[in-house]
Amino acid sequence: MWADRYTLAFRAYPYARASDQDRNDPARHPVVIVGGGPVGMATALDLGLKGVPTLVLDDHEGIGMGSRAICIAKRTLEIADRMGCGEALVDKGVVWNLGKVFHQDRKVFEFNLLAEQGHKFPAFINLQQPYFEKFLVDRIRAAQAQGAPIEIRGRNRVAGLDVRDDGATVQVETPEGPYSIESDWVVACDGANSPVRTAMGLDFEGRVFEDSFLIADVRMKAGFPTERWFWFDPPFKSGASALLHKQPDDVWRIDFQIGWNVDRKEELRAEKVRARVSEMLGPDVEYELVWSSIYTFQCRRMRAFRHGRVLFAGDSAHQVSPFGARGANSGIQDVDNLAWKLDLVLRGLAPDSLLDSYSSERVQGADENVLNSTRSTDFITPKSEISQIFRDAVLNLSEHHAFARPLVNSGRLSVPCIYDGSPLNGPDALPGGPARSRVGSPCPDAPFGDGFLLGALGDGFTLLTIDADAPDELTIDGITVSRLSLPADGPIAERYLADAPTAVYLIRPDQHVAARWAEFDAGAVEAALRRAIGKA
Amino acid sequence: MTELILTPNIAGPDDFYAELLAAHEGLSKDESDALNARLILVLANQIGDRETLSRAIATAREAVPKR
Ligand SMILES: Cc1cc2nc3c(=O)[nH]c(=O)nc-3n(C[C@H](O)[C@H](O)[C@H](O)COP(=O)(O)OP(=O)(O)OC[C@H]3O[C@@H](n4cnc5c(N)ncnc54)[C@H](O)[C@@H]3O)c2cc1C
Repeated sequence: MWADRYTLAFRAYPYARASDQDRNDPARHPVVIVGGGPVGMATALDLGLKGVPTLVLDDHEGIGMGSRAICIAKRTLEIADRMGCGEALVDKGVVWNLGKVFHQDRKVFEFNLLAEQGHKFPAFINLQQPYFEKFLVDRIRAAQAQGAPIEIRGRNRVAGLDVRDDGATVQVETPEGPYSIESDWVVACDGANSPVRTAMGLDFEGRVFEDSFLIADVRMKAGFPTERWFWFDPPFKSGASALLHKQPDDVWRIDFQIGWNVDRKEELRAEKVRARVSEMLGPDVEYELVWSSIYTFQCRRMRAFRHGRVLFAGDSAHQVSPFGARGANSGIQDVDNLAWKLDLVLRGLAPDSLLDSYSSERVQGADENVLNSTRSTDFITPKSEISQIFRDAVLNLSEHHAFARPLVNSGRLSVPCIYDGSPLNGPDALPGGPARSRVGSPCPDAPFGDGFLLGALGDGFTLLTIDADAPDELTIDGITVSRLSLPADGPIAERYLADAPTAVYLIRPDQHVAARWAEFDAGAVEAALRRAIGKA
Repeated sequence: MTELILTPNIAGPDDFYAELLAAHEGLSKDESDALNARLILVLANQIGDRETLSRAIATAREAVPKR
């Protein structure tokens, strides 16, 4: 009997016998992705759109129930848009800007995200994780129909693997028995408990937080506004902290901090959950309990995300506390970083060592996320008497004095990593250029033509020029660099020129800045491109 | 960058000290701890400069008796 570990929200890829299962000698695949969560599916989509044959093995037949990640950050939407499903996410998602912070029985202050104008996507949307995953799978189906070489196999559980210098043999279990496949590359997107990581005996170290949180997703027609409400020491005694956040379909996410030594089974009884929720919402509010779960968390990462032919992405490589919405969001940045590198290596256009930079750049990103989410956690759940004293002092002062508000930390919203100091970075030679678009940073979006700049960047290397001459196309070591000439005014000037009169930017396929100068110089661009693909 | 001032800088030191103690008068230990924390935060914001704050924290920390 096949036993699922969780129930499905969408049965998106039912088990079907694959011809690989009827072979005597194992079939060979260029890339096998273990795990079809958001990170695995996004990896398959990104690689498949580039024409890389990609096989996803997932141990279920679809997308799990349970909303988990609800806050999707702007950078994730931009990456999804590059892959053709950003708009679907925004159309379904809830956009919010206003947050309120409560301490005990008082609202101490409110904040507005005040997203900068002139970006295609909002700072954040709220969307249940199953929808996010479904839109990725829908996009994969559409891409497959147009010939993208992606295959998804449901109820294909990876039971073990033998890793060699030139690939791995992957053992797969199915409802109809086991089979093996050979893969040149393996991308392990198999979640925080990563069976691949365990099978390879690799480390996963960090800090465990001794607290548990109860999540209740409730459906109600109540007139709460579309805002994020966070309570420290709420007057209702349902938790030491609490969060109320709107999702699509009239569903609200409620999160209670309930302490470390709890009886999970008891706490998850529907009556018990309802008691907490009703105490918070008040006795007269009617609601339906959609989903509830208890989670504890850790902040930890693997020392390296690349181990020869096996690459780790998403929760398998790093885990953070949910405060600040950095789990899925950082996993999608892993994908963004990995796919173009793996594609170039597979096509023989870049050395295999380019993939070492996947590890170093994303380790940097993971460290930033671990640091931020650890700090949020320390503020939300003070672990010593003195940290409690300071926390409460900050909250007290914040009610009357604006200066204390930036110290209040109920989760710092996820922003993409700037790869300062990356070995792939070329010269930052644009005197007077803005810091926000320095070498290593993701390109800031801006209105451009009838649409937006990021949408015009495409999928390969781009040479952005502002009031500077350059050839329309360059080919360097078999890689095409297309030029995009931008006007020197408005938000583009502000975000790419600042005090510089002209600019030339070399942009990587993941839309990060590889190098920048005031003028075009063929030799300099060539050298920077070689560096960006790991040849220098 | 401002140097951390470690030479006398408060006019009327006795008055200041008395005022500091007076602010705690009648408070429980918990209330006093909370007041101290608020005071530190207010003063830290007044200083603002990150390096000066780091030096101040280090100076205070150096005075912890060695265990
Ligand atoms: C309560 C909570 C709230 C969160 N909120 C946010 C948020 O607001 N924003 C955010 O960005 N993140 C959030 N996260 C984190 C987010 O849910 C995770 O970071 C995200 O799911 C990681 O995606 P993944 O694809 O790496 O792993 P997973 O989603 O865990 O997917 C792993 C996949 O691998 C499959 N698999 C496992 N073992 C095998 C095997 N042996 N063979 C084949 N397949 C296998 C699993 O079935 C699964 O489909 C939250 C998490 C929790 C728990």
